[in-house]
Amino acid sequence: MFDFSIVSQWIHGLLTSVMPEWAAVLIECVLVALVIITLYAVFAIALIYFERKVCAFFQCRIGPNRVGKWGLLQVFADVFKMLTKEIINMRNSDRFLHNLAPFLVIVASMLTFSCLPWNKGAHILDFNVGVFFLLAASSIGVVGILLAGWSSNNKYSLIGAMRSGAQIISYELSIGMTMLTMIALTGTMQLSEIVQQQADYGWNICRGHIPAIIAFLVYLIAGNAECNRGPFDLPESESELTAGYHTEYSGMHFGFYYLAEYLNLFITAGIATAIFLGGWAPIYFPGLDGFNDVMAYIPGIVWFVGKTVVVVFLLMWMRWTFPRLRIDQILSLEWKYLVPISMLNLVLMALVVAFGVHF
Amino acid sequence: METPENNKVNAPAGAAPAAGARPAAVRPAAPAAPAQPAKNLCEPKTVEPAALRKEMERLRRDEQMDFLECLTGMDWGEEGGLGVIYHLESTATGKRVALKTATTDREHPYLPTVSDLWDIANIYEREVYDFYGIIFTGHPDMRRIFMREDWVGFPFRKDSNPEKDNPLRMTNEPLTDLAPCYTLEADGTVRRSETPIFGEDDYVVNLGPQHPSTHGVLHFRIKLEGETIKKVDPILGYIHRGVEKLNESLTYPQTLALTDRLDYLGAMQNRHALCMCIEQAMGVEVSERVQYIRTIMDELQRIDSHILFFSCLCQDLGATTAFLYGFRDREKILDIFEETCGGRLILNYNTIGGVMADIHPNFVKRVKEFIPYMRHNIQEYFDVFINNVIFRNRAEGVGVLSKEQVISFGCTGGTGRASGWHNDVRKRMPYAMYGKVDFKEITRTEGDSFARCMIRMDEILESLNIIEQLIDNIPEGPFQEKMKPIIKVPEGTYYSAVEGSRGEFGVLLESRGDKFPYRLHYRSTGLPLVAVMDTACSGNMIADLITIGGTVDYVVPDIDR
Repeated sequence: MFDFSIVSQWIHGLLTSVMPEWAAVLIECVLVALVIITLYAVFAIALIYFERKVCAFFQCRIGPNRVGKWGLLQVFADVFKMLTKEIINMRNSDRFLHNLAPFLVIVASMLTFSCLPWNKGAHILDFNVGVFFLLAASSIGVVGILLAGWSSNNKYSLIGAMRSGAQIISYELSIGMTMLTMIALTGTMQLSEIVQQQADYGWNICRGHIPAIIAFLVYLIAGNAECNRGPFDLPESESELTAGYHTEYSGMHFGFYYLAEYLNLFITAGIATAIFLGGWAPIYFPGLDGFNDVMAYIPGIVWFVGKTVVVVFLLMWMRWTFPRLRIDQILSLEWKYLVPISMLNLVLMALVVAFGVHF
Repeated sequence: METPENNKVNAPAGAAPAAGARPAAVRPAAPAAPAQPAKNLCEPKTVEPAALRKEMERLRRDEQMDFLECLTGMDWGEEGGLGVIYHLESTATGKRVALKTATTDREHPYLPTVSDLWDIANIYEREVYDFYGIIFTGHPDMRRIFMREDWVGFPFRKDSNPEKDNPLRMTNEPLTDLAPCYTLEADGTVRRSETPIFGEDDYVVNLGPQHPSTHGVLHFRIKLEGETIKKVDPILGYIHRGVEKLNESLTYPQTLALTDRLDYLGAMQNRHALCMCIEQAMGVEVSERVQYIRTIMDELQRIDSHILFFSCLCQDLGATTAFLYGFRDREKILDIFEETCGGRLILNYNTIGGVMADIHPNFVKRVKEFIPYMRHNIQEYFDVFINNVIFRNRAEGVGVLSKEQVISFGCTGGTGRASGWHNDVRKRMPYAMYGKVDFKEITRTEGDSFARCMIRMDEILESLNIIEQLIDNIPEGPFQEKMKPIIKVPEGTYYSAVEGSRGEFGVLLESRGDKFPYRLHYRSTGLPLVAVMDTACSGNMIADLITIGGTVDYVVPDIDR
């Protein structure tokens, strides 16, 4: 498997040979930031196109097909439109908080995005408390949503924001619990280490068998709720609250929410891939050496993105099939079912690890 | 009659183009005046205003007249005075009675309210006040309902001149927060008092007039406590066009054009009701062929409406995929309509004495293809949406209406039948071919949102059964009776009703023997459904209001008229 750290070390060596270390690090930081932002935008555009096509085929439609070949340029046209639109300031809104809120959302989303392990040796933020950082960073987003609802001076927005706050904070509990379950299995919180272990010993969802599968399912449901996507999209449920917390936003401020929603989908799927489905590790069957060799030739980033897209497809399938839940049903699903299940599951995983009955 | 303009409007009456195309389709002239009284003639019993309360209480309590079918405001001129016609029905015995009352005082017309006897009278009396200025003493909420709050005068009075008093206003409509109430004191004077609709500290949210889930330009003011609804106050009239007033200056064939624009998902049935009312009043018998065609068209329209009901409900509850499944199938019906009528939404098909054009040669074939297609596809609705556990949890036990409530609110159609009220006009007062086909009246007893949804699904299947029985046997015959060029209805008051897509659609026609109706009132199918929203929603959550509003299935142009 190709180790990306060779490239990054080569660049670092090249830079330090012509300039002092601090300048080299500075340039690297800027480069990395540019890469993140570019990747962020590219993935958002790809996901929006993907979702439109997927939902069209679920709904006996064709989807975008006029702008560019197969409608490929449709999303670019939409982004361009959004960039040119006026940002409207609402009367009696809290101007400062109103403008700040979208940035909080997008910053939280980007921070979480930087935690994804793309390939062996290719991770931007990789601490020994990586999972912990990830959870912390992703929960900044809810502050942005609450602020948006509060500062808009709109009752719909406020109700949407309150719903969103209740929902996201509740479901973070399940996410934390499933993460904890997997940390009990892997024994580390560093994402690169978690993926490396899976490359060595097999995917976690197979290694941890029953408790890991339960954790994966709970994570998928809770992750979907974290992204505010159907059937959990009631903070912005258009048939009740028109657009929920981002009703009063226009132009690129709305665009930030829109981008963050799609990227959060990708991030949720990406984390699921990294923690349960082996991240960039290729598929491996003991005994089938020829097959395994071929698989190992496929670059890690292709594996990672490929698996993530599969999970994204699963989440889209959920979204375009189910009707929306009601707020009390969402909360009772979390507090009465998912939290007890994931707690029991954690105990089960602890027993599995303690008695060594995992693969 | 010879000018092209006249020809267009009066084509069915003149029958010149139709006769040219199919000479065989013309029969000898219909009798100008009927020998015996018209089938739908109603002779309301006159009651003095002073005795009205007592008579109404007696009918309500002793004779079990628990269904106030229709309440129509009237202006009978200087000597007749301003008054009201009441249509009552007993749901237990099926006995029907019509009453009328009037006051000659045009300055201060007072009549006693009946809103405490029938819940629906509350909103009907507001409508009469709005149009005629009749003040109902004891009514708790005498606000205007369709017109703007700052409207001057009462537009339906024969002596009013709305154009002069009400220039186009460029300001927003002021909404009053006070409900005036007029009470009759013991000494005969009337005292005006005002009660606030919402308190100082109430958290009031406006749902509409521009809102995706109100199915049109409808406005609810909702008092919330957290997410729980405490009170719903509907504000109506955003698309009030004064159809009833317009009708008073249109000839009978011209009035037909407006019925399609009331409940646009019941265009066939609405127009059927009006044509039937005029035909029965004139004593015209339409051919058997026309009866078959009208019945089939009504049922196709009902399926169309119920599919759209399903689609909109899915959309409201966030199931966008199921929404498009419904639209896929509705398209087939619209194609069938388009071939025969030329229109897809506004159909303009029924005429006085027949239908506009004979059925298209493909019609029978297309309908017969559609029946098995729909029976198969309705299963998908159940698979993707109705049997889904999320929908079940959101609909079962939500917005329960008891049988007494739906009767008191006059919620006919699927909403009433979901609560166990047998109110199907096709069974109560059979018309067209409904007396001769074999079909079940679908009822349930739960009265919740889920029952209201299931009623519609079962009615789709039942309508398919009706069409299946008729489609092979359409008899030969003329599709249009020969009518006189100028249609005049004999003097009298007539009431006819059909089962519209969402309840009883009634037409009350008062004629003075002219070529214009003196008064034409439509019993709206949707107005009771909006009136019941407060009762159905209080104590539920905002999300439930969407479910309930979706399942009671109102259409706004029909409410506002």
